[in-house]
Amino acid sequence: MRKIRIKMTALLFFLFIILPGKVMAAGGGGESIVIVADTRRFTGAMAWWTDMYNDSHLLFAIVTIIIIPVVGVIMGVIADLVMSRVGIDLKHRDLAEH
Amino acid sequence: MDWLYVLMPISGVEIFWPGLIILGLGVGIIGAFFGMGGAWMVTPGLNILGFPMAFAIGTDIAHMAGKSLISTLRHGKFGNVDYKLGVVMIAGTVVGFEIGAQMIMWLERIGRVDITVRYMYLVLLTFIAWLVFSDLRKRLQKEKAARKAGKEVDKLATGIEWHKTFHKIKIPPMMHFKMAGVYCSMWLPIAISFLTGWLAGILGIGGGLLRMPALLYFVGCPTHVAVGTDLFEVAISGLYGTASFTYKGRTELVAALVMLIGASVGAQIGAVATKYVKGYGIRVFFGFAVIVCALSIICKLIAAANPEVRTLFDTLATILILGMVFAMSTYIFVLFLRGVRKELADKKARQGK
Repeated sequence: MRKIRIKMTALLFFLFIILPGKVMAAGGGGESIVIVADTRRFTGAMAWWTDMYNDSHLLFAIVTIIIIPVVGVIMGVIADLVMSRVGIDLKHRDLAEH
Repeated sequence: MDWLYVLMPISGVEIFWPGLIILGLGVGIIGAFFGMGGAWMVTPGLNILGFPMAFAIGTDIAHMAGKSLISTLRHGKFGNVDYKLGVVMIAGTVVGFEIGAQMIMWLERIGRVDITVRYMYLVLLTFIAWLVFSDLRKRLQKEKAARKAGKEVDKLATGIEWHKTFHKIKIPPMMHFKMAGVYCSMWLPIAISFLTGWLAGILGIGGGLLRMPALLYFVGCPTHVAVGTDLFEVAISGLYGTASFTYKGRTELVAALVMLIGASVGAQIGAVATKYVKGYGIRVFFGFAVIVCALSIICKLIAAANPEVRTLFDTLATILILGMVFAMSTYIFVLFLRGVRKELADKKARQGK
C-alpha cells in the first residue's frame, strides 16, 4: 500500500510539476495560415457571417460558442418532445452490467 | 439537383448537405451509445464529402460539442450522468489536453513524429481492446464459478476490478460520487482525466475513446454512468476545443449546424438504446469499435510506409471506418426499435390486466 502511494505521488509530481515546465520551455504554435472568406458570393446573413469572420476571429469564436450550445439545447428539446410521444418511459432504467 | 448542395461561407466549398445529416445521424447514434464524441469517425466522412482538412477537425469538434450536450441531457434524465465527477475531471482534461497538444508541436520541431504517434495510438487501442475482452472473459468465468456453487453473481459485478486497488489510495480529500456509486480520493479522477486528456492532446483526438474505458476500469463507474459522464466531459471539452479552433478560423459553423440536425435525432436514439442493453453489451460493442479503429490505423501505417499502395490503403481505412459507422448505427437502431416495441407491448399488457 505504501509503495503504491509513493509511486502515485512520484507520478503526480512528474505530471504536474516537471512536465508542464518542459512543455512551456518548448514554446508553442505552428506556422500560422491566414484564411480569408470570399464575401462577394453571399448576401444577407451569410454575408454578415463571412464579414465577421474576416473582421474578427475573436468575435466569430464568441458567437460560435454561444450558438452551438443554444442550438444543441433547442434541438435536444425538440427531439426529446418527439421521443416522448412514442410512449416509452424516458426517466428510468435498470442499472445492470449483465 | 443544385438544391442538394450548399455553399459553405468560410471554406467556400459546395457540400452535399444530406450527406452531412446522415453522417451526423450515424455518429450521433454511436456517440450517445458508447459515450464518445467520435472525431475519428467524422473527420474521414467530412473529407469524403469534400471538406478541406483545415476545416474538417474544427467543424467536427463544434458539432461534437452540440451533439454531446444533447446526449448528456438525455442520459442525465436516465440518471446516467455523475455531474460531480464530470466537474472534478474537467480541469484535468483541459490542462492535460493543452499540455499534450503543445508537447506534440514541440516534438514536431524535433523530428518526424506522425508515425510514432500512430504506433502509440495503435498500442493504446490494442491495450483497450485487450482490456474489454479480458474483462468479459473474467466476468464469464465468475458467472460460471458462481453457477457451480449454486450462487448468483451481483448484477453490477465486473471481471477486471483494478478500480478497487485505486480506491484504496486515501489521499485527502476523499469524495463520494453518488451516481457512480464511487468513494475515492479526489486526485484519482483528476489524475485519470489529466492522463487521458494528455494522451488525447498528443494523439489529436477528442479523448472519449480513452476516457470511457478509464472511467470503467480505473474509477469503477458502472457502464451506463461511464457513458453518460464521459459525454458530459466531451460536451465541455468540445466547447473548449470549438473556441480554440474557431479562434484560429478553422470552423465551418453552417456545416456543424446541418450535422446537428441529424445528430440530435441520432443522440436520442443512441442514448435511449442504452436503456435496452446491459452494461456488458455496451462494453463488447465498444471493444469491436476499438478493433475497427485499430485496423484503420494499421491501414494508415501501411499507406505511409509504402507510397505505391498509399491510395489503396488510405481508401481502405476510410471504408473501414465509414462501414463501421453504418453497420453499428444500423444495429443500435434495430436494438432501439426492438426495445421500444417490447416496452410498449409490456405496457399494453399491464394496462389490459
